Amino acid sequence: MSTPWSEGHRSLAANDALARPRPSLPATARRWLQENLSALIMAPTAAVTLVFVYGFIAWTVYMSFTGSRMMPVYELIGFDAYARLWQMERWGVSIRNLLVFGGLFMVLNLAIGLLLAVLLDQRIRFEGTLRAIFLYPMALSFIVTGTVWKWMLNPGLGLERSVHLLGWTGFKFDWIINPDYAIYTIVIAGVWQTSGLIMAMFLAALRGVDQDVVKAAYMDGATMPQIYWGIIIPSIRPAFFSAVVVLAHLAVKSFDLVIAMTNGGPGYATDLPSIFMYAMSFQRNNIAVGSATAVMMLCTVMAIVVPYLYSELRPGRRHD
Amino acid sequence: MRQSSKLLGAAACALGFSLAGTNVWAAPTVEVLHWMTSGGQAKAMKSLKDDMESQGGKWIDTPVGGGSSEEALTKLRARVLGGDAPSSVQLKGPLIQEWGALGVLQPIDDVAAAGKWEQALPKSVAATMKYKGQWVAAPVNVHRLDWMYANPAVLKKVGITMPTTWEQFDTAAAKLKAAGITPLAHGGQAWQDASLWEVIVISVGGPAFHQKALVELDPKALGGETMQKVFDRMRKLRGYVDPNFSGRDWNLATAMIMNGTAGFQIMGDWVKGDMSAAGKQAGKDYLCANPPGTDNAFLFIVDSFAMFKSKDPDRLAGQKLFAKLLMEPRFQENFNLAKGSIPVRTDMKLDKFDSCALAASDHMAKTVKSGGFAPSAIHDMAVPMAVKGAMTDVVTKHFNSDMSSAEAAKRLADAVKLARE
Repeated sequence: MSTPWSEGHRSLAANDALARPRPSLPATARRWLQENLSALIMAPTAAVTLVFVYGFIAWTVYMSFTGSRMMPVYELIGFDAYARLWQMERWGVSIRNLLVFGGLFMVLNLAIGLLLAVLLDQRIRFEGTLRAIFLYPMALSFIVTGTVWKWMLNPGLGLERSVHLLGWTGFKFDWIINPDYAIYTIVIAGVWQTSGLIMAMFLAALRGVDQDVVKAAYMDGATMPQIYWGIIIPSIRPAFFSAVVVLAHLAVKSFDLVIAMTNGGPGYATDLPSIFMYAMSFQRNNIAVGSATAVMMLCTVMAIVVPYLYSELRPGRRHD
Repeated sequence: MRQSSKLLGAAACALGFSLAGTNVWAAPTVEVLHWMTSGGQAKAMKSLKDDMESQGGKWIDTPVGGGSSEEALTKLRARVLGGDAPSSVQLKGPLIQEWGALGVLQPIDDVAAAGKWEQALPKSVAATMKYKGQWVAAPVNVHRLDWMYANPAVLKKVGITMPTTWEQFDTAAAKLKAAGITPLAHGGQAWQDASLWEVIVISVGGPAFHQKALVELDPKALGGETMQKVFDRMRKLRGYVDPNFSGRDWNLATAMIMNGTAGFQIMGDWVKGDMSAAGKQAGKDYLCANPPGTDNAFLFIVDSFAMFKSKDPDRLAGQKLFAKLLMEPRFQENFNLAKGSIPVRTDMKLDKFDSCALAASDHMAKTVKSGGFAPSAIHDMAVPMAVKGAMTDVVTKHFNSDMSSAEAAKRLADAVKLARE
């Protein structure tokens, strides 16, 4: 291959000889390159994304309309897998659990995250240390969190036993082995893990609030709670949006936390759609129903994320 | 590694002209995908590897941790889809048939004929090792699911003996409870709930009922009165379990028997493998007996290795050597001593085995004749995984809630129907 210089040189000479009034090829190529360089560099990523994200989504959707069992088959048979899915009692349990877990997980995380952020925002001492402490759980994997909370909440091993040993023998906290309450223990562990991250998001947003407005309100005699409620919190709305999206997809894809803490039990009382999907696809040789589950989960996430993207990306209406 | 063995194979072929076809340069290679990774099981696998290597074979170990088939089967699916199946995979029962239907299994009829497998195996076991009449898998052991264990010191302490009827079991449980000992050591994982349930099915309903309900999946048997009685018994047993049983592993439940905090455990004989790995002796440190009502029953689980097709001559040679070794009495003895099960061959001397294993072996011979030798549905010997899963869901839900027996039986019939369609 010749160098760009030698090529340019040669064609320049050719131009002179023929005296044609058309732009030289390398110059066109260079301009084209200049205009499309970013697209060119992004192309491999785009191609990979196209195949490994959208391609696999399409494949999963296709699979959900087939009768695949142990191995994929490609003959379409319609909505059979969805019909089966909605007839399964366990799927109903996992949907209910997702609503309970997802709802509480989001509300509690937002509330606790915001509270921590507001408190940390009071120019207190050791702020950096405290911030690190609150953010630290996020550095652990959900597996670790789940295992530790499993031990702590196990009545014969953790909290209940410790309190008994301290002398309060009437104390009872056996939610993790009670099918009616076990899902709430997952919420506790999940909120413990994620609220620090939400706090960090809110703290960053709080720091971006225009201090002049706050000072002006202070001069006008507004109290601190009034200022927060009336001015600061409304002005960090974009942070709420981001937090909701992060939390929503964490809730829908929760898997490892539940596996580590209760493994879906007692019975299947803490089953979530993600666990149900795994069970169907990989434990029960029912790829079609597993795919249908995955599609339902995708729809759930889309229902939250698409309106958000729409409101964020609509031209002329930016949050920042 | 595979690449180099291919190269070696090619080199051997090239030389083959001068060496009259003998591939002296190549080593028979076998890659074994399995999930026998816990104490006794790993030891059992090691003895197989040593056998293989002592005969000049090359062993590629592909263990999948966690002791369960799920991850291994996922891995297998990916490998087969990618056209790179392992030589041999720990597979059992209907799964052998399912893979056979996909046309990826390697027949090993010549090995089976040379080893006279047909004569050495119980008929029902031999049938599951064949796909369309051709041998495609080799069995290694027989596990019995319906076993009950107890700690003799604990029984002595409260003045009871091994119960032979459920009424005796109830009395014993009451005494244990009064002494502050958990009557039944149980791990609250769905598969353990389901294993216990299957034992109760064959105990309360008998082998014929088990066959009708859990093998033939007859809706009337699944949702009928006998099944309600089964769930009644399950509800009673639920009352004998300690409050912290949720999510406990089976070997932790076994530890409760060993250290005397629990009276009984009802679980397959892999418990014995762990007991002997902990240095306990059958008859002295722990007792074993079949649970009440299972005198004429034997819920069997046969572990086997299915052979997968390959184009590599080294691998085919390795596969045959491997299959031959699996069925040799020497290996069957080593393997089963370590794993707690009994040899699948019926023509072996069992002088090295403990009293529990000898009892199991006698019982096997007896039930093979009487028709009580029943494949375990919950341990993948009788029904597809979707059906097993549906059963497990209902059983574990019933065990972990206050569902009535009538409701449970009805749901069982419905769930199995949905899973079969």
